[in-house]
Amino acid sequence: MIVAERKSIEEIVEQLAGVRSVLVLGCNECVTVCEAGGKKEVGLLASALRMVFLQQGREVNVGERTIERQCDTEYLEEVRDMMDSFEAVVSLACGVGIQFTAERYPSKPVYPGVNTCFMGAALERGVWAERCQGCGSCILAVTGAVCPITRCAKRLLNGPCGGSTSGKCEISKDVECAWQLIIDRLKALGRLEEYERLSPIKDWSTDRAGGPRKIIREDLRS
Amino acid sequence: MRLGYPSSIRIIRVPCTGKVDVLHILRCFERGADGVAVVGCREGDCHYQSGNFRAKKRVERARQILEQIGIGGDRVRMFNLSSSDAPMFVRFAQEIHAAVLSAGPNPIRAARPARGAPTETAARAMAAVNR
Repeated sequence: MIVAERKSIEEIVEQLAGVRSVLVLGCNECVTVCEAGGKKEVGLLASALRMVFLQQGREVNVGERTIERQCDTEYLEEVRDMMDSFEAVVSLACGVGIQFTAERYPSKPVYPGVNTCFMGAALERGVWAERCQGCGSCILAVTGAVCPITRCAKRLLNGPCGGSTSGKCEISKDVECAWQLIIDRLKALGRLEEYERLSPIKDWSTDRAGGPRKIIREDLRS
Repeated sequence: MRLGYPSSIRIIRVPCTGKVDVLHILRCFERGADGVAVVGCREGDCHYQSGNFRAKKRVERARQILEQIGIGGDRVRMFNLSSSDAPMFVRFAQEIHAAVLSAGPNPIRAARPARGAPTETAARAMAAVNR
């Protein structure tokens, strides 16, 4: 999932200086699962904002709505009617949803309510860790399904480097060495000979190096 | 036992403190409550194993939010007691009562333009909540 963190209420209030009505718009997908921008967080933020505005002596209409996804046009269309009643939007979706909401409603200022952090997994309740950087050419097949692009601080394709000590990375004793994980995994799978093979130079044009990316599937286009 | 406790306290029954959400606590303050005490079973005695521990974390989160927005985190507290321990309940009731007295009235009540009828904003807000 895309993992996001809530912004501080103070920062959101600052963004909304002078606004007289605001819609707090949540998203039912990734940000709901990582408890940063779902229906519940929308309720909490809206309630907190109302109390802040009241104390500031401001009459601000704070609306609440959570839609299925903010990264799909059809769901964003569901709020078109209510958009007229609000001057601005605080989106609790990931950066994608925030931008897409702004694209669909060009006349409305859309402010971020979260900091979008990474694509990750829930290690346990309340703990998320990055697992994919979306490099566009997956090499997990040869690394025992451990991604060195994400989990190695140097993104090494042939590791480990000299900074690997007792399975930990030199950047922090809390960070596991991705290449140690790869070796351990390949060993467990009985495929350690694959580790000996050198990885060819990676095609980084599919990563951010090639600029903003787009996928076009002609078989799906209408 | 016929023990008395401060009459300012209104009791809202829930099946377990694990049912209490941060949003429930915030809504109380939004609607003008001066303080909220979440009273759960003793730690380790939860019928649902971890309900009171969940409540403890949520109360902490509510405290943080209330602190951030200038209402004051000390207005919300979690207490643990056995359901048959009436004297302890009275003590907790007096404690939250004293905490609220020392914190003063909820600033939201003073900030509302008119008492009684909800403002237009609040009415619209409630409509949004109830949708």
